[in-house]
Amino acid sequence: MLRDITLGQYYRANSLIHRLDPRVKLLGTLIFIISLFLGQSIWLYALITVALIAVIKLSKVPLKYITKGMKSIVILVIISAAFNLFLTDGEVIFRFWKLTITREGIYQCVFMIIRLIYLICGTSIMTLTTTPTNLTDGIEKGLDFLNKIKVPVHEVAMMMSIALRFIPILMEETDKIMKAQMARGADFESGNLVKRAKALIPILVPLFVSAFRRANDLAMAMEARCYHGSEGRTKMKPLKYKSRDHKAYIALGVYSVLVIAISIFMKGRFI
Amino acid sequence: MSIIVDKISYIYEEGSSMERLALDNISCVIEQGEFIGVIGHTGSGKSTFIQHLNGLLKANKGHIYYNEQDIYAPDFKMQELRKHVGLVFQYPEHQLFESTIFKDVCFGPKNLGFSDKDTQIAAFNALRQVGLDESLYYQSPFDLSGGQKRRVAIAGVLAMKPDVIILDEPTAGLDPKGRDEILDCVKKLHDEMKITVILVSHSMEDVAKYVDRIMVINDGKLVFNNEPKAVFARHEELEKIGLAAPSVTYIMEDLYKAGFDVDRSAITIEEAKNSILNLLK
Repeated sequence: MLRDITLGQYYRANSLIHRLDPRVKLLGTLIFIISLFLGQSIWLYALITVALIAVIKLSKVPLKYITKGMKSIVILVIISAAFNLFLTDGEVIFRFWKLTITREGIYQCVFMIIRLIYLICGTSIMTLTTTPTNLTDGIEKGLDFLNKIKVPVHEVAMMMSIALRFIPILMEETDKIMKAQMARGADFESGNLVKRAKALIPILVPLFVSAFRRANDLAMAMEARCYHGSEGRTKMKPLKYKSRDHKAYIALGVYSVLVIAISIFMKGRFI
Repeated sequence: MSIIVDKISYIYEEGSSMERLALDNISCVIEQGEFIGVIGHTGSGKSTFIQHLNGLLKANKGHIYYNEQDIYAPDFKMQELRKHVGLVFQYPEHQLFESTIFKDVCFGPKNLGFSDKDTQIAAFNALRQVGLDESLYYQSPFDLSGGQKRRVAIAGVLAMKPDVIILDEPTAGLDPKGRDEILDCVKKLHDEMKITVILVSHSMEDVAKYVDRIMVINDGKLVFNNEPKAVFARHEELEKIGLAAPSVTYIMEDLYKAGFDVDRSAITIEEAKNSILNLLK
């Protein structure tokens, strides 16, 4: 159950995408997300699909691994698809009781499903190919300029990296606690909603206790090694752009130009 | 009561880049009233193995029979198995959650559908068996010391009145006194209640002192399954897989080589002492 959540997990492999500078991947993901919402033309989505498939192929992450993460958003997709399908005004195609389906509604619905799925795919690719440390390094370096207006970039990045680092640990812990309580006859699968919610108490209490214990230990360990935030702190492996990163930036630039061109050219049209 | 393990294999994270074989074709029989030690170095598959015995993990291949019933049969009730085969995980004190010790120990029997009265009686008995002081029963489990917490957690499983109790490194992180208390308590349960005990341990001394039979797991395979003396006699092979015989066996070995006619197969201090005293007579 919990192992199905792939968001925030790293998939070990040696690919071009894995080796890219995290800043490139962050910017790429950002551009990808924006491009998803830049219009409703089929050509735009064709381009996005091609780009996404190319990146997935390059990353050497098995498709099965990416789609595994989808299971958790199925309900969200269904709800938003239903809202779009039934609540969009336009040319009526089908009417049943109080529900009307319009041509625009169908388009909206399909696009919404594609957007959500691509959104998860795109962001998973980033987290699957980038170690949490690399990711936060990228964020820290990429948002360097915010330091000038006194935003504590390093501290925020550190908090993020700790949070990300703890996802797998806490998941493992949850798994362990669940098993231990199951060994004591706990049943998480049957009963009504109230009963199931109550069944979570024996998991959540130990989980919180252990999260606090771990946080405490970590704080102690950091202090024992004289951690004091960003000032005067150097990196063992500072991020440096390589030629592949420059090429990736160029590819991103081409992608952005194409996306913008298509969305301007196809404004308001589907095909 | 018997558990028959028939050629089970288990693969972790099947189909991903992290895939690995955790159990490889393990077969064994566990009879009522045995005291079994399971040893193996970290990551050898011991913990994976014992989780199969009460159905928390399902083998990819092979079968397990509890009382001649196939536990993977569709009509087999896992909860019934978990009632009979109690499993105490590593650091079980991390699973305490209730506001009082007594309530926490009641959790297991209550889940199994014991009546309120039976639940309370079972909880009292279990807490007494682990030797926890009565003045503590209604305190928060989080205020206890490490050793006491662990005893509460073990009581939580004992309260379910299992026929088999599996303990995964019950003494990890405890001081020598806490360790002896826990193990003596387990030994008492085995002797008095005739409970089958399966003890996973890293301490060869503990295993040598308490168990009737040792199962050695290495790389997911069962490499030895025999009486302690027979297993420790082959300490050279054990060393190759990152284990060892109890220190006292090495001392006896050296004494023997130095020309003293002592019992080389002694595995506990007690045996060694008797053997040496005999020689000095």
